[in-house]
Amino acid sequence: MHTQVLIIGRNEKIVSILEKAINQYEHFSALSSLEDEKAIELFHQHDFTIVLLSSGIDAADERKLRTLFHHQNKNIVIIQHYGGGTGLLESELRLAIDLLNYTNIKMIDPL
Amino acid sequence: MTNSILHKADTRGTVNHGWLQAKHSFSFGSYYNPERIHFGVLRVFNDDIIAGGKGFGLHPHDNMEIISIPLAGDLQHKDNMGNTTIIRHGDVQVMSAGTGVMHSEVNANMDEAVNLLQIWLYPNQKNVMPRYQQITLDVSERKNKLQQILSPNIDDAGVWIHQNAWFHMGNFDAHQTFEYTLKNKKNGLYIFVIEGAVTANGQALQRRDGYGLEGIEHIPFTATSDVQILLLEVPMEMI
Repeated sequence: MHTQVLIIGRNEKIVSILEKAINQYEHFSALSSLEDEKAIELFHQHDFTIVLLSSGIDAADERKLRTLFHHQNKNIVIIQHYGGGTGLLESELRLAIDLLNYTNIKMIDPL
Repeated sequence: MTNSILHKADTRGTVNHGWLQAKHSFSFGSYYNPERIHFGVLRVFNDDIIAGGKGFGLHPHDNMEIISIPLAGDLQHKDNMGNTTIIRHGDVQVMSAGTGVMHSEVNANMDEAVNLLQIWLYPNQKNVMPRYQQITLDVSERKNKLQQILSPNIDDAGVWIHQNAWFHMGNFDAHQTFEYTLKNKKNGLYIFVIEGAVTANGQALQRRDGYGLEGIEHIPFTATSDVQILLLEVPMEMI
């Protein structure tokens, strides 16, 4: 199964690295946006499975995005990315897929 | 009720890139084990050996408290905040990655490997201003006692981080007994044996074993040989 990931963050270098890394993973592809408006547009245009939130998004914007995306697609998995590089990225995506597959994995998405 | 998790040294994730031999206590990079994602806010515990002259080139981090503890060798640190330093045995380095930081960590010597513990904790707030701190500790201050190396408090011993965590190191002679009391009884304690052997709350631990305990405030230890130990007290719930 192919999984499309939408990355949203404010740090251009980090978002670019995350996008490049995900596009190199087998069965994954990614698009990204530094701006909420473009992210929302992309969300409407593509069939994303996972939204990956990177750093720099303030709390109010994050709440707005989460509400909107869940309203548009109740099955969307929205996860917070931590660490800023590829160290945790693969685990975060695989955990998200496990969650989608209704395993008993507990997601850590706390802040 | 006491909960525990045992990570025997030989069950850690192993990665060998030639220049880097890494042992991962928790899922990291291409090592993925859904049973080993985190212990409370402790997300990464990597035991890295970096070959002479090699290292991690310039790369980014965000939203993570990253603590490095060199056990042997010298590591050259550079970052985009203007820091260029060497960290060596006895030093502790912390980076609060926050909104984003770029850094490199390279073995400063061509003919000697670096052994480094790289520890990542989830922060208690996102998007903080990035910061760097490095201190040199008097290793003799941990002889047969615990030396605090990290806390949440700027004016306390050791480095400080954006998380309600406390780290201690101790070098104990064989047969010494000691106890660790949690600063916050809701926290958990992750024990890592750097060298030697110890019994922690009745559990025998050997070199490079990890052992997480939750639900016990006073943890008794007995050194079963000369032992170097690292104790990580961490919140078990995210704030």
